Amino acid sequence: MTQRSPAKAEGKERVGAAVAAFWAPAFAGERLDFRTDYLLRLGDDALVLGQRVGEWCGHGPVLEVDISLANLALDLIGQATLLLGESGDGDKLAFHRDVLDFRNCLLVEQPNGDFAQTIARHLLYTIWQHMLLQRLQQSSDQFLREFAHKAVKEVAYHRELASEWTIRLGDGTEESAQRMADGLEWNWRFIPELFEVDEGLQQAIDAGIAVDPRSFEEEYRAAIAAVLAQAQLEAPADQRPILGGRQGHHSEHLGHLLAVMQFLPRAYSDAKW
Amino acid sequence: MPFEPEHRRRYIIHMYTTELQKSAKIENLEDPKLLEAFEARVAADEFIEPKDWMPEAYRRTLTRQISQHAHSEIVGMLPEGNWITRAPSLRRKAILLAKVQDEAGHGLYLYCAAETLGTSREQMIEALHSGKAKYSTIFNYPTLTWADIGAIGWLVDGAAIMNQVPLQRTSYGPYARAMVRVCKEESFHQRQGYEIMIALANGTAEQKRMAQDAFNRWWWPSLMMFGPPDENSPNTAQSMRWRIKRETNDELRQKFVDITVPQADFLSLTVPDPQLKWNEEKGGYDFGEIDWEEFYAVVRGEGPVAKERMKARRDAWQDGAWVREAAAVHEEKRRARKAA
Ligand SMILES: [Fe+2]
Ligand SMILES: [Fe+2]
Ligand SMILES: [Fe+2]
Repeated sequence: MTQRSPAKAEGKERVGAAVAAFWAPAFAGERLDFRTDYLLRLGDDALVLGQRVGEWCGHGPVLEVDISLANLALDLIGQATLLLGESGDGDKLAFHRDVLDFRNCLLVEQPNGDFAQTIARHLLYTIWQHMLLQRLQQSSDQFLREFAHKAVKEVAYHRELASEWTIRLGDGTEESAQRMADGLEWNWRFIPELFEVDEGLQQAIDAGIAVDPRSFEEEYRAAIAAVLAQAQLEAPADQRPILGGRQGHHSEHLGHLLAVMQFLPRAYSDAKW
Repeated sequence: MPFEPEHRRRYIIHMYTTELQKSAKIENLEDPKLLEAFEARVAADEFIEPKDWMPEAYRRTLTRQISQHAHSEIVGMLPEGNWITRAPSLRRKAILLAKVQDEAGHGLYLYCAAETLGTSREQMIEALHSGKAKYSTIFNYPTLTWADIGAIGWLVDGAAIMNQVPLQRTSYGPYARAMVRVCKEESFHQRQGYEIMIALANGTAEQKRMAQDAFNRWWWPSLMMFGPPDENSPNTAQSMRWRIKRETNDELRQKFVDITVPQADFLSLTVPDPQLKWNEEKGGYDFGEIDWEEFYAVVRGEGPVAKERMKARRDAWQDGAWVREAAAVHEEKRRARKAA
């Protein structure tokens, strides 16, 4: 997205922008080559979402769900390990960067909320990730191709799980339907960021290593609509997009997530674990 | 590797309970012919299966033991789950997640095994939440530093292994088979814990301090995991006769000490027991008196974080009630639609 900001923040727009969005007028984080940047985007998505899902461990609504959530977290941390490892020293990247250098989308850092909100977040992300990985298997980059080939199988299962729970909760009790609707409502404004193509991503797309997410936006919308229809849920009205994650401008939530996640390596910087 | 395969043994939970059995007399009410046949089968090391006749006291003892074991797996997810978000490397995070997930799986197999005896999972969970059912005392201690995650894997899963290996041959078929699956995963748990301890023991002064402190705090509670001393363990004789249990608490505890002390030496950690001494004659270590007052207090639910553990379990259950209800209602709707 990047370039559209300063002009937009003028005049009337400014108030709205200040309230609703942080348009990331400048590049916040360190400038990276487009391949590293792309690896970090995908890697940070997996890491942050894995960290979030991991928070559930031991507190799920039923044992079987605890097991599935741990499964998701485990897959995601595994994916993050591969992607961050390919972009540099994985642990250093995970534990020694601050908010401005994280490249994940805003959706994945959203708080767990109740189980419905967690499922809503997962549904919206995982269908996107699945469609992306399907296409990434044709990347010109060997690592990404192989990574996608491995991860797409895991994520197909995540997609199934998130879809099934969305349907169960949407078409369950009145309370669960309401909670599911609220969860979707919370996360809906972060969808457009998934389809943003900024300069760095455009370069990666042009080089044939990255997938242009716009190529499957329609398919994504249709897939979400199909799940919601089965869940007897209405799609929330489109909201003003909130953007900035890919450029290092995050929600307030990410700082807290990092504070917890990074505490040990930061407190004992010369230690090996 | 400091772990010899023959040292990998597993654990039992039933001796954590103080609910002493009032049912010893009940077997007199059973049909003596059936009872005799049952005892003969058990003595011949045959497996008893859910549909087989069994004495009520056997059923009750097993239900209690297996459900307590299941509860221990589930409550046991909490102290370690406490560090998943703070694991210090990606690798450690993944390993810990996998480990805690395994424990959830163990809980699931065990609830299923217990259900074959005629008590539902809901009833068992109800008993846990009301405080009627017990779980291992060990999980009522807090995990204060990362070293506690190492100490738990090493000592707690180590004690678990010690107790559970013999249970693979326990007389009740579904329990024995659940233990076979569980045991396959436990040695990985112990190894990852010991690996954490190795890293800390070879680490900075701060890490060594963490390791020794964790060892100091977990050593005695780990010894307590084997339950009261044999002379105060009134269920042991009956449980041994029924092959629900195959070694006594004190025998297992001694084995654990003998295997664990050299492992502590390898880590250059000091066992927090001034009376610990190699006894050439018995070919094992003599060790100091366990604080049984503390043990019984923890059994009564007065452990340092017992309230936190129970609250976490009850909260998860209550917060999840709407999810379970929704799943059931949805299932019902789906079935109705299919039938229509
Ligand atoms: Fe276990
Ligand atoms: Fe166990
Ligand atoms: Fe274990």
